[in-house]
Amino acid sequence: MILFWLLAVLLVGTALAVIMAPKPVYSVVALLGHFVALAIVYLSLSAEFIAVTQILVYSGAILVLFLFVIALLSSGNGGITLGPDRLPKIPTPALIALALTLIAIAYGGAHAVRQMLPVAGGGGALPVGAAGAFGSVADFGATLFTVQLLPFELTALLLMVAIIGVVVLAGDHEALTANDPRSLAGLRRLEREAILREGEPLR
Amino acid sequence: MIPAVDISSYVTLSALLFLIGVAGVVLRRNPLVMLMGIELMLNASNLALVAFSRAWGNNVGQIFAFIVIIVAAAEAAIGLAIIVVLFNRSERVDVDDVTLLKG
Repeated sequence: MILFWLLAVLLVGTALAVIMAPKPVYSVVALLGHFVALAIVYLSLSAEFIAVTQILVYSGAILVLFLFVIALLSSGNGGITLGPDRLPKIPTPALIALALTLIAIAYGGAHAVRQMLPVAGGGGALPVGAAGAFGSVADFGATLFTVQLLPFELTALLLMVAIIGVVVLAGDHEALTANDPRSLAGLRRLEREAILREGEPLR
Repeated sequence: MIPAVDISSYVTLSALLFLIGVAGVVLRRNPLVMLMGIELMLNASNLALVAFSRAWGNNVGQIFAFIVIIVAAAEAAIGLAIIVVLFNRSERVDVDDVTLLKG
C-alpha cells in the first residue's frame, strides 16, 4: 500500500516534470524515472514480463532514440528555437474541471466494476517469479504463442512498415539520386559542377 | 507480500497520468515534448490494462499492453524521423508552422 502511493506520487511528479521541463533533455531524464517507476508498479501487479519489456524497450531503446535525436539536433546549429507555448491561450479553469470530471468517471467506473471481479479487491501481488503463476513469463508466453498468435505475428508487419517508413523519411535521397540528371539532386549536382567550371550558375 | 491496493486507485492514477500526457501534447509546441506526451498517454493506458488484467486474473490484458509497447516503439521511431526531417528543413521548428500536408 505504501509502495503504491509512493510510486503514484513519483509517477505523477515525473510526468509533470516531463511536460514542464524547460529543455527536452530534462524531459528525457524525467521520463526515465517515470518508466522505471512504472516498471515497479507492473511488478507489484505481478506482470513481470511487461515490467522487463518496459525497461528494455522504453528505457533502453526509445529514450536512447530521443537522446540521439536531441544530441543530433542541438549539436550543429547551437540550440533549437521554438515558438511560445500555448498555455496562455486556453481557458485553464474549464480544462481543470474537465480533467477532474474524467478522473471522477474513471474512479467511479472502476469502483462499480470492482464488485464483479473474481479477485477480491482486485489488487495485491502473487509471489513473483513462481513457475506457472499468473503473469509469469511461462504463463505470458503460453498465451502469447497460442491464443494471441495472430496479433503477435502482425506486429512483425507493423515493425517492418515502421522501418521502411523511417528509411524513406530520413534516408539520404541526395546520395541515392545524385547520378540521375532528371532528379532535383542530380540537377543541383550539375549546377554545382557548372559553377565550378564557369564561375556562375547556369540559368 | 504487498497488501492489496484497490483497482480504482490504479485506474484513477492511470487517468491522471493520461491527462498529464494530453496536457503535454496540447500545451507544448516542442515536437519532442509532444512525442513524450504521447508516450505518457500510452503508458497510462498500459497501466490500466495491466491493472485490470491482474484484477480479472486474465493475462490477455498483459498481451495487449505488450503490443501497445511495440506500437509505441514504432510510433516513436517514425515520429523522431519526421522531427529530424523538419529540423533539417529549417532552423525554427514550430508545429503550428508545419502545414505541408494541409492541402
